[in-house]
Amino acid sequence: MMNKVLFKKPKNELETSSRFNRKTNPAIPQELCRSCPSCKNMSFTSDLEKNYHICSKCGYHFRINARQRLNMICDIGSFIEHNQNRTSINRLDFPGYTEKLEQATLFSHEKEGVITGVCKTSGFDVCIFVMESSFMMGSMGQVVGEKITQLFEYATKHRLPVLGFTVSGGARMQEGMLALMQMAKTSGGVKRHSDAGNLYIAVLTDPTTGGVTASFAMEADIILAEPEALIAFAGPRVIEQTIRQRLPKGFQKSEFLLEKGFIDGIVPRNLHKKNIASLLSLHLAPKGGETHGSL
Amino acid sequence: MEAYKRVALARKKTRPTGLDYIENLFTNFIELHGDRCFGDDPAMITGLGLLLDMPVTIIAQERGKNTKSRVKRNFGSSHPEGYRKALRQMKLAEKFNRPIVCIIDTSGAFCGIGAEERGQGHAIAQNLMEMMTLKVPIISIIIGEGGSGGALALGVADEVWMLENTIYSVISPEGCASILWKDSSKTKEAANCLKLTAQDLLELEVVDKIISENHRDFKLVYKELKINLYKTFKKRKVLPKEELTQLRYERFRKFGAIEEKELID
Repeated sequence: MMNKVLFKKPKNELETSSRFNRKTNPAIPQELCRSCPSCKNMSFTSDLEKNYHICSKCGYHFRINARQRLNMICDIGSFIEHNQNRTSINRLDFPGYTEKLEQATLFSHEKEGVITGVCKTSGFDVCIFVMESSFMMGSMGQVVGEKITQLFEYATKHRLPVLGFTVSGGARMQEGMLALMQMAKTSGGVKRHSDAGNLYIAVLTDPTTGGVTASFAMEADIILAEPEALIAFAGPRVIEQTIRQRLPKGFQKSEFLLEKGFIDGIVPRNLHKKNIASLLSLHLAPKGGETHGSL
Repeated sequence: MEAYKRVALARKKTRPTGLDYIENLFTNFIELHGDRCFGDDPAMITGLGLLLDMPVTIIAQERGKNTKSRVKRNFGSSHPEGYRKALRQMKLAEKFNRPIVCIIDTSGAFCGIGAEERGQGHAIAQNLMEMMTLKVPIISIIIGEGGSGGALALGVADEVWMLENTIYSVISPEGCASILWKDSSKTKEAANCLKLTAQDLLELEVVDKIISENHRDFKLVYKELKINLYKTFKKRKVLPKEELTQLRYERFRKFGAIEEKELID
């Protein structure tokens, strides 16, 4: 079994490397253990998976991919994906973009930066979108904008609530103004869905910035966030360069936005499904209910 | 490089600013201040005026003409209260059935501590959403620089026009060069790749009309704008309100739209 020494907090980097380089010590496969970026605590990957990828010691939320997120939220086997084969094209012939798309596809095993579809969560029918940070940092190009807009249009037509998980670096600059137009387009979709009396809940995860913050992330009826997620219009580096000052600690984190009144609540990942179910139940009855907004 | 020349022209300090357009396009202009929540943003000028005989609401970004006024106007970069003021005026325009003219000239929404604290992203998002369904005609005109979300927050219009030597971009060419290639000397190349000139954007249908600047005499530009604004508003004002907002929705819906439905029902 694992040597206790392995879990001792290393005093410095040198110690860490020498410890792991020593031939007498068995090498630890990376898949087996992960160290928490916040408190450096080592956890077994299997334990992390059971704990919603939250550090058991300090509560740090590891970044997870969209499929893992869907597994946590959707009732088993209920997710039906929409538009799963949509891929982007390099319409502006932006240098290097085609290669970047290929790399992103290989790296993330996804075709684009968002997964959309319908599912049941705690028995409620919802439309769901989950953005994928490993695909070009979840940046919004035409395909991401289109998939999200189509989802809102579908939800409006079928009178379904939308549940969205955002993570994004903003508009995808390789698509130029066509990417910026997606902010207006998705906002139009949200507005129509909202005007028809439907519910939209957004959960902002680390990091949600730029054009996504300035469009559908901030347009939800109820906006929740994961603890300590970076939520910003301009990222901290851009601000520091503009004003030439160091930013205060905790600036633009979820707790800061809660204090300033821009989000409804901070919910740890292990409680997402439960909290969302409570919110949904207050808006609509599960299956065949007469309540406003249900199927 | 052609595109970068346009960037330089669009940012030229001697170009007329928002206030010049207000003075030359409209009569009886009355400025109305404040967002009723936090303050009054001098980078965003809002008010009422007459376009020939038609009362209109005017929203204009102003970057200032000399150092003193540029500092006062924050170089044309609005804080959230600027966007909220604009939205307040637009809602009033809807109530009193006045068309809206938006004059865009900004390098972008301001990036700073105060702007983030007061929800820059939220303010822009609300404008995008609300403008989409406003039941009065909206025309946006880019008179200098159209910088990303800060420009789009006034750009969800029935028609978007650009002056010949202006730019409209998702990111500044400087920002693009430093993020993508970590090399600020590649600014010219970035300007070319981003397709930010009026001609490029007309081809991509991001804008609907280019106002010629050939004569270097802005009197002619004002005259052309005035006639075009008046005609377009007259035409749009008679449309049923549902059709007006439907057309606006479709105008933005078309970017990246997927024709054939692959969606599983």
